[in-house]
Amino acid sequence: MSMPLPVTGAQITLAKPALQQVFDALLAAGYLVVGPTVRESAIVYDEITKITELPIGWTDEQRPGSYRLKPRGDQHYFGFVVGPHSWKKYLFPPTLKLFSTRRAGSSFEVLPNEQPAPKYAFIGVRGCELAAIAVQDRTFLEGAIQEPHYKARRENAFILAINCTEPGGTCFCVSMKTGPKVKAGFDLALTELDESFLIEVGSPLGAQMLAGVEWRPAATVEVEHATQALAEAEAKMGRTLDTHDLPNLLYDNLEHPRWDDVAQRCLSCTNCTMVCPTCFCSDVEDVADLTGENTERVRVWDSCFNPDFSSVYSGNLRPNVRSRYRQWLTHKLASWIDQFGSSGCVGCGRCITWCPVGIDLTEEVAAIRGEPPA
Amino acid sequence: MMPSQPAVAGLPAANAMLPVLATITQIQAEAPGIATYTLEFQDPAWRSAYRFRPGQFNMLYLPGIGEVAISMSSDAEAPQPLLHTIRSAGNVTQAISRLKVGQAIGVRGPYGSHWPVEAARGGDVIFVSGGIGLAPLRPAICSVIRHRADYGKVTMLVGARTPADLLYPGEYESWRQHDIEMLVTVDRADETWHGRVGVVPLLFYALWPDPLRTTLFSCGPEIMMRFVVYEALARRFPKDRLYVSLERNMKCAIGFCGHCQFGPAFLCKDGPVFTYAQVEPFFGVEEF
Repeated sequence: MSMPLPVTGAQITLAKPALQQVFDALLAAGYLVVGPTVRESAIVYDEITKITELPIGWTDEQRPGSYRLKPRGDQHYFGFVVGPHSWKKYLFPPTLKLFSTRRAGSSFEVLPNEQPAPKYAFIGVRGCELAAIAVQDRTFLEGAIQEPHYKARRENAFILAINCTEPGGTCFCVSMKTGPKVKAGFDLALTELDESFLIEVGSPLGAQMLAGVEWRPAATVEVEHATQALAEAEAKMGRTLDTHDLPNLLYDNLEHPRWDDVAQRCLSCTNCTMVCPTCFCSDVEDVADLTGENTERVRVWDSCFNPDFSSVYSGNLRPNVRSRYRQWLTHKLASWIDQFGSSGCVGCGRCITWCPVGIDLTEEVAAIRGEPPA
Repeated sequence: MMPSQPAVAGLPAANAMLPVLATITQIQAEAPGIATYTLEFQDPAWRSAYRFRPGQFNMLYLPGIGEVAISMSSDAEAPQPLLHTIRSAGNVTQAISRLKVGQAIGVRGPYGSHWPVEAARGGDVIFVSGGIGLAPLRPAICSVIRHRADYGKVTMLVGARTPADLLYPGEYESWRQHDIEMLVTVDRADETWHGRVGVVPLLFYALWPDPLRTTLFSCGPEIMMRFVVYEALARRFPKDRLYVSLERNMKCAIGFCGHCQFGPAFLCKDGPVFTYAQVEPFFGVEEF
């Protein structure tokens, strides 16, 4: 095939099975292709090589504390929203060896983890998730010190983004201004139409992966269909969050009775922080072998809901669920903005869906604002 | 926020979580459960390059045990050897208390904001410490003594639970000789004690400070600092001349682990030394 490469910004159309050719190009370029796939009654992110491993024909029904897969009745490839996983598990792995040590007499040696960072191609990154990656970039890359493991993974990553045309029951990206349309930060962005994929080329690297792929310039009617579907999606959000003056609302209500109320329901289980695509807290553990000669220092995800999270020798600074939930919500929606210049919430709704008791942060904020429950 | 200090020159960013090795060359018992450890970097390049500022801290590491944030207590203008005064309390500090001279320890740092010893020149200084809180203040005291003529009246309010818990008592006489007024109090006296009894904030009632020309540096239990701030504000000290050093759980010291957050601040990089003006909105909030 001798198709010319499309330029950045070009809109092209692909027959759906031709997406396999993009996968093949990524695999040939040495990428580990990671995308959505069905496992254990959920759509998770895992390494895949074939487009048939995508959740073709599946969708998800999401409500506070509830997630169910069901057949769509058609053969759409991306007709669902976000599941329990996020791309953070690849860029900021749940466990990561920082270094190891070996005893040497009365001293010891420090051996850095020099394993090269994997090269991932992310398939199906939604607007809220692109925003979440940008949020973690601010934490790990844009301060005085860069986190080297995140940096290496991030620089290696290829991003095939998806425009969401069917928001889920706990979605509120419109409130957080992160979607449903992806705006920037992708190599390719795909909109699924009934009969084809409309693809916007976001970078020269994205264009390269279309070499050898059968494509044609998008027809005006296809672009119009996609634009209309996205406009309709904006009106179909399952949730809304009023962000007006949100930091001051929370800072001014640190003793609001709603914190006691939510503490009665919250199990402090950490689910919301584990599924959150922006939560970045971590702990570091030392693991020794049986001889004690060799140790590994391992970074693991932590959560501000863990009882020990703010323990110092003189006591636990946040000894109850009320103080931990208050820390999580005020950090996510208020102090995050002071720290990094943007909210820590991207409106993906995962914390609502995966909360075992269905706590909905949009409802908690509305209650503090004094609004009647919806 | 006070700009945080960059890590030591030459510390590659890619190795920000990697400790460098130091050897313990001396251990000096200070008080029950408290000792001062003299550390010497094994790498000569580190010995000559390492600098810190009064009030900053290092992360000290023992393999198989973990890391702990400990302030420097030595003179920052004589950065080697490095002194850390450590109370045996948690997991890591208990393991450190079992170390012997000649053994190695991992060091990362320096991290955090510092006492504004230069900015305080030309005026009076009040140091207020409770218990081990004197350790992070000691480098600032060393700096004031080195440049004593640049300061006006210098006063130290020192408290401890019992006379045996007083830190660095052997140095008080030398500090007095540098024209530092020493007011020392204990919570509980014993038969050896002929000094003051009572909590540290009460020592304010023995002072006639000039609030508009004084900088106050305070380090100790948060409840002590809360009342120190209360007494200082009652005497019309400006909020941006009241400095407190706070303590939180820390895992990384470089703003990534999230543990040390205090409202918008990360204690590791925005603190541990803050003006009261910086932390006022959250200083008195319970369990925040």
